[in-house]
Amino acid sequence: MRLKEIQAELGLALQCAGAGLDAEVTGGYVGDLLSDVMANSAKGQVWVTRQVHQNIVAVATLKELVAIIIVQGALPDQDTVAKAEKEGLTILTTSMPAFEVVGRIHRLLSAS
Amino acid sequence: MSIEDEFGGSYTVRGRDFIDADLVSSQIKKLLKDRGIPEDVVRKVAVVTFEAEVNIISYAEIGTINFHVDDRAVTIEAMDKGQGIPNVDLALVEGYSTADDTIRDMGFGAGMGLPNIKKFSDEFEITSIVGKGTTLKSVIRIPPE
Repeated sequence: MRLKEIQAELGLALQCAGAGLDAEVTGGYVGDLLSDVMANSAKGQVWVTRQVHQNIVAVATLKELVAIIIVQGALPDQDTVAKAEKEGLTILTTSMPAFEVVGRIHRLLSAS
Repeated sequence: MSIEDEFGGSYTVRGRDFIDADLVSSQIKKLLKDRGIPEDVVRKVAVVTFEAEVNIISYAEIGTINFHVDDRAVTIEAMDKGQGIPNVDLALVEGYSTADDTIRDMGFGAGMGLPNIKKFSDEFEITSIVGKGTTLKSVIRIPPE
């Protein structure tokens, strides 16, 4: 499933387009501990988190994740957006809590 | 790869500078990718170098990360001048952490750094002297083609 389909289905707000929304999403990972995401996320996944600090872009880029989805109405720091733009990483936001976001993405990916 | 393809680099990491905590790890990752090192090896090196870099930033005044690539392995060495680790065995237990709130607020300090380095290394050594600093070595083997 493409990132833009997930964005449309969940009504996610675009904070940084990065390399674009045509990327294929293979799965996802959720977490706020950067080392946990470093160890356990995989290339092609979306990352659902409440962290907004610019080092989330470092983790997502090193792990070649497709996008970061920031939950609970939080917004990325200005530095975070600037770094994401530089690295070509997509950042999306939503007012939904992580539980709901993950559940809905999981359902979409399972059905596709 | 032939032996002529050996390459490496050395980078300084400043303590307490949490802006761009991937400054060194992202550069090393890019160099390895450009040289055609297998993706799986690059992924492991990225985790090891990032965690080593974050550890230096979190706990040391200054440090150095060196990497060297030959036809058999990527070797990473991280050395710092800093507080050192009183009990290395304990520091290798997942979840054990001495991180302060500044570090934790950014999503670091979960006690997973050193365990991650060990997990993603084929060979791993660490020595630390309290009040002096820590040195670690990680070897990630390149599978024969």
